[in-house]
Amino acid sequence: MAKVKGDIIIDIEKCKGCELCVEACSQDSLTTSKKVNSKGYLYIVKIEDNCTGCTNCALVCPEGAITVYRKTANRKEQIAKITNVTKDMTITVNE
Amino acid sequence: MKELKLMKGNEALAEAAIRAGCDGYFGYPITPQSEVLEYLSREATARTGMVVLQAESEVASINMVYGAAGTGKKIMTSSSSPGVSLMQEGISYIACAELPCLLVNVNRGGPGLGTIQPSQGDYFQSVKGGGHGDYKLIVLAPSTVQEMSDFVKLSFELAFKYRNPVMILTDGALGQMMEKVELFPQQPRTNEIYPWATTGKKHERERSIITSLHIQPDKMEEINIHLQEKYRTIEKNEVRFEEVDCEDADFIILGYGLVARICQKAAQLAREKGYKVGVLRPITLFPYPTDVIRAYSEKVKGMMVVEMNAGQMVEDVRLSVEGRTTVDFYGRMGGIVPTPEEILEAFENKVLGRK
Amino acid sequence: MNEKQMTAPDSHYEQMIAEESVCTTENIVYEKPHTLTDTPFHYCPGCGHGVAHRLIAEVIEEMDIQEETIGVAPVGCSVFAYNYLNIDMSEAAHGRASAVATGIKRVLPEKYVFSYQGDGDLAAIGTAETIHTCNRGENILIIFINNGIYGMTGGQMAPTTLPNMKSTTSPFGRDTNSMGYPLKITELIAALPGTYYVTRQSVHKPLNVRKAKKAILNGFQYQKLNRGTCFVEIVSNCPSNWKMTPVESNKWLEDNMLPFYQLGDIKVPKEEIK
Repeated sequence: MAKVKGDIIIDIEKCKGCELCVEACSQDSLTTSKKVNSKGYLYIVKIEDNCTGCTNCALVCPEGAITVYRKTANRKEQIAKITNVTKDMTITVNE
Repeated sequence: MKELKLMKGNEALAEAAIRAGCDGYFGYPITPQSEVLEYLSREATARTGMVVLQAESEVASINMVYGAAGTGKKIMTSSSSPGVSLMQEGISYIACAELPCLLVNVNRGGPGLGTIQPSQGDYFQSVKGGGHGDYKLIVLAPSTVQEMSDFVKLSFELAFKYRNPVMILTDGALGQMMEKVELFPQQPRTNEIYPWATTGKKHERERSIITSLHIQPDKMEEINIHLQEKYRTIEKNEVRFEEVDCEDADFIILGYGLVARICQKAAQLAREKGYKVGVLRPITLFPYPTDVIRAYSEKVKGMMVVEMNAGQMVEDVRLSVEGRTTVDFYGRMGGIVPTPEEILEAFENKVLGRK
Repeated sequence: MNEKQMTAPDSHYEQMIAEESVCTTENIVYEKPHTLTDTPFHYCPGCGHGVAHRLIAEVIEEMDIQEETIGVAPVGCSVFAYNYLNIDMSEAAHGRASAVATGIKRVLPEKYVFSYQGDGDLAAIGTAETIHTCNRGENILIIFINNGIYGMTGGQMAPTTLPNMKSTTSPFGRDTNSMGYPLKITELIAALPGTYYVTRQSVHKPLNVRKAKKAILNGFQYQKLNRGTCFVEIVSNCPSNWKMTPVESNKWLEDNMLPFYQLGDIKVPKEEIK
């Protein structure tokens, strides 16, 4: 499965609730919360779990308040480093 | 071996800038000081690699000075009265941001476009601030072409010692006249890096910010207090003046710059007539030689101030004297240079005439 | 570790918990550049200055030139730009940023020098400095934020205010008969032989942000060539003084500003044209 899984963290203390990220999000994942931060702004929260990590929200954020994470399910990871091989050997990896 | 040369005041000043290891000059042509830019354009870059740039205006040139001086380099500009008026905003920023640099005003007659002849009408502008806010320039007033040269070196030393802009206040006659100058030897340009300067933020230090903006009033007052303390230190350490025949004098004539030399001749004529007259020449107009003037005010029978303006420095003399003796004034304006004879006549009429 | 012990209400929820969190350092694909300080911006919500600042910081970080860069802040809303960019900076008098940048660059020719100026600063009071800096071909980058209004002083008419656009000093709309026309200074300086790279971008949409960043990157990189002034205009918004929400202001920008101030490269280096 090559589904992309993304997530964001919004620094709600920096957020001024301008909603440009809400507008930029192609997944409609974001909305304005009903709570205010310490500066009195209604900050933005992620309400859907469909984030693809496309970074659009972070790109338009004037406060630099959004960090974006992305993970692809079939990402290959190095599981072993084999050195000084002297004869043929077979390595199997459990899917 | 002494290096003697016959030079115009403006050229001696420019030559001295090159020899003092000046890193950059930003200026705009204006009579009677255009020779500074011309001389530097011809000589400087080839000899020391000094940057010389003709800006689009005095406004631009003073702001180029602000930017370049913020990097900790030895930077200067020069202009004449209307041009220096245009620079005043920038000078105020430079003073607040505490940037060392050299400003030269080859004073001409005003107000307005005025005349290109010599004047001392910019005393207030130079000494009392000129731009907005509470700040001071260190102001040096040369009276010979030799001093036009020597004070360039001194100015850079003082500017960096106190992180304060220094002004050489001279006039069109000194800028244009030729005299013998003993040139000081060439000094290398230094590449000293100052921690406050904008040279690119290094990992080991905080970023340098050159600014005169402190929006919080308590912070701005703190900056002002710091500046005033610095000015008091300068007043304590850097007062310079010259006395000629003052020890036994009954009367003292005060004048600065070129006028002081004319006063000396007038004093000589007065002595020939039997009046014991001395001449006191303030060299630093800020800090002002208040103490020495006050000391003489206790001893002499009268003072007279001569200026090429309507009476500006005379106010500082009166503030120093505080009524202990009489202070008369004689001035010519609009580019007229007084003769020794008319100064003597004024002395006889005004100072002696009081008795 | 104690995840297994938790009682999951349904299988979907159980699966979510079993998955490792996406929010780990190695999965970061976008974060605030470190060259931006942690000081919160003083700008109004939705203001384009924040994005522009961030892009400059990103470019400086990606080029690894923090130690080699000196910026010049203007007078206007971005007067405190030096509070946010963790680089050496100089605060210029109103309109004089490009003259200050000239002074710095002339004595430190090896450094990267840029000025950051608004429309009032660059295109009104500083017009002479802007034109002559570009005409001398100073090897600096000028970043010009154009939102068609004076922000800091409270919404007065700017040289770039559109015809019929309302401001506090053109309360009935800019009457071009008496107030003149909006000044396309970017096209004006592009005609000067001293400029090397002139472009107009915006930061109101993700794609535009990417393009603006590329333009700023070009502006910094071209400085090493010593071929002339680079000039990046960023058409931006001013929700507070346009009296709109940030989202509305970006829509207005697209509908009104962009037809007049068309985006795209105005002058590109000859070598780049293939």
